[in-house]
Amino acid sequence: MGIEVRGLTKTFGRFVALNDVSLRVESGELVALLGPSGSGKTTMLRIIAGLEAADSGSVLLDGEDATARNARDRGVGFVFQHYALFRHMTVFENVAFGLRVRPRARRPDETEIGKRVRQLLELVQLDFMADRRPSELSGGQRQRVALARALAVEPKVLLLDEPFGALDAKVRLELRQWLRRLHDEIHLTSVFVTHDQEEALELADRVAVLNHGVIEQEGTPEQVLEHPATPFVMSFLGTVNIFHGRVEAGRGIFGPLAVEYAVHADPAPRAAAAYTRPHEFDVSRSETGGGMWTILEESTPAGAMVKLELAVPDGPAIRAELGRDQFERLGLQPGDRVYVVPRKVRVFVN
Amino acid sequence: MNKEHLSEPRAVRWILTAIALGFVGLFLLVPLAAVFVEAFSKGLEAYAAAVTEADALSALRLTLLAAAIAVPANVVFGVAAGWAIGKFQFRGRQLLMTLIDLPFAVSPVISGLVFILLFGRQGWLGPWVLDHGIQVVFAVPGIVLATIFVSFPFVAREIIPIMEATGTEEEQAARVLGAGGLQMFVRVTLPNIKWGLMYGVILATARAMGEFGAVSVVSGHIRGVTNTLPLHVEILYNEYNAQAAFAVASLLACLALVTLVLKALVERRVRHAGAEAGRQAVEVMAWESKSGV
Repeated sequence: MGIEVRGLTKTFGRFVALNDVSLRVESGELVALLGPSGSGKTTMLRIIAGLEAADSGSVLLDGEDATARNARDRGVGFVFQHYALFRHMTVFENVAFGLRVRPRARRPDETEIGKRVRQLLELVQLDFMADRRPSELSGGQRQRVALARALAVEPKVLLLDEPFGALDAKVRLELRQWLRRLHDEIHLTSVFVTHDQEEALELADRVAVLNHGVIEQEGTPEQVLEHPATPFVMSFLGTVNIFHGRVEAGRGIFGPLAVEYAVHADPAPRAAAAYTRPHEFDVSRSETGGGMWTILEESTPAGAMVKLELAVPDGPAIRAELGRDQFERLGLQPGDRVYVVPRKVRVFVN
Repeated sequence: MNKEHLSEPRAVRWILTAIALGFVGLFLLVPLAAVFVEAFSKGLEAYAAAVTEADALSALRLTLLAAAIAVPANVVFGVAAGWAIGKFQFRGRQLLMTLIDLPFAVSPVISGLVFILLFGRQGWLGPWVLDHGIQVVFAVPGIVLATIFVSFPFVAREIIPIMEATGTEEEQAARVLGAGGLQMFVRVTLPNIKWGLMYGVILATARAMGEFGAVSVVSGHIRGVTNTLPLHVEILYNEYNAQAAFAVASLLACLALVTLVLKALVERRVRHAGAEAGRQAVEVMAWESKSGV
């Protein structure tokens, strides 16, 4: 079932959480709402679920207007950030809840409920925990119970609020891969909220980047990563080096850097900035052209990469990344003069 | 290993313990014992006669009736107020919390007088209720009203902190899973507050049965009609019938002891449930401060 929101606006007092936001999620897609705290991503998810009412705009589920529909009638599964498991119930009863509260006519009998719950607990690999209380489970296990509980009502849409936020790094990674596999198996239209760009890019089919209540860009992970639409998207999706300067007559001039910029053919200059990610620099000991001389201040090994802190004579320091083997081949020491050339520059005119 | 340096000197510990026990003995155990000793001072028969006398039985009935009406009313109000204050943010929330504590702050005698002022012959609403044939003051309705008023805060005060600690997410989860309002309340909210609710009910019951001041003002002391147990005790005592007074008082003391035992049992469960809610709340806070949301 597809989801569509049109022109959603929501304010809390004077704070604008969402400002005329529209988004389409196709049936079977896994979409991430990515953004910093206060960007409106959770509010948007809660409005889709019917837990919050928008000031204006509409929510369409499967093409039907569901804006006025009660949360209980929307057929969505919702996984809360802190799981919100029923603490006085066993794992089994938590998962069975959605089936037990159905109207008598649609309520499965006890054996059917037992069968369904056990199937779901097997799916989340927690069948041996059925009689435990939520307080006896680890964070990752609670998360999976919350997921099983949401799936028990056979929702047409699955909504997850910061699903991995409260977990430690390793469990997070495992659960992320597990969720991706699950989605590939059951193809349930899913939307999840996250502030972790890595999580969004790795897991989602499509990513919507939110900031200050508006969607700055939506697209595949590759699109938002390689072709960021705004400086915010560029900076939010990873570390960036920013070179301030100007564009004029088809060229961009940013301190020592000069690049082609055909978009602005006008000879009148305009202020602009060039963005480059740390791994997009060529680093050498000799002048190869198109770059600038810097001094290596510090190098920090980080796994297969080495992070370099490079001082620029009259500008902010550059952060670059280099493969460890290449770093060793160059034999770089702090204080060495290093020539860097950005392989890729994204120019944003102010 | 010598851990002497970790605690107070032995003498200090002994003295503090002795003082505490001395106070408990002097102000609680001795009076309690005195009640029973005096009650049985003229033998078992005199005791039985005093507690089965028609006026005493009528007082007992009225006390139980007042409690039986006041406590459920209290539960309904307490849960509603707890829900509103614990789960929602609204204008006037703080004011409502303060108002709930009003019966604690006001002297019970004043509480009783308020009802006289409202429903007495010259009161604001008095003529109107009298026209409709309802006698409030110096009658059972007045006693019930006064009892409701003084026992008012107990349930609400127990429930509010629990409701605040558990938050609203479980209710929202129930909602999304398809539960209706009543199902949500019965299956999710009530189990989470049940021990606190029980505790509040016990406290409210104890207060409702033991109340003297407010009830005394509105009762009019009509023997066999508007006397509750505490009032009956006072009347007997004023008539120099100390043995009968203490015999009836022993009934109240027994009710109090039963309440105390129940309270101790429930308290254990409350602490357990509270610790759980508290722990989860702390986990959430720790996580939030870590991730900076």
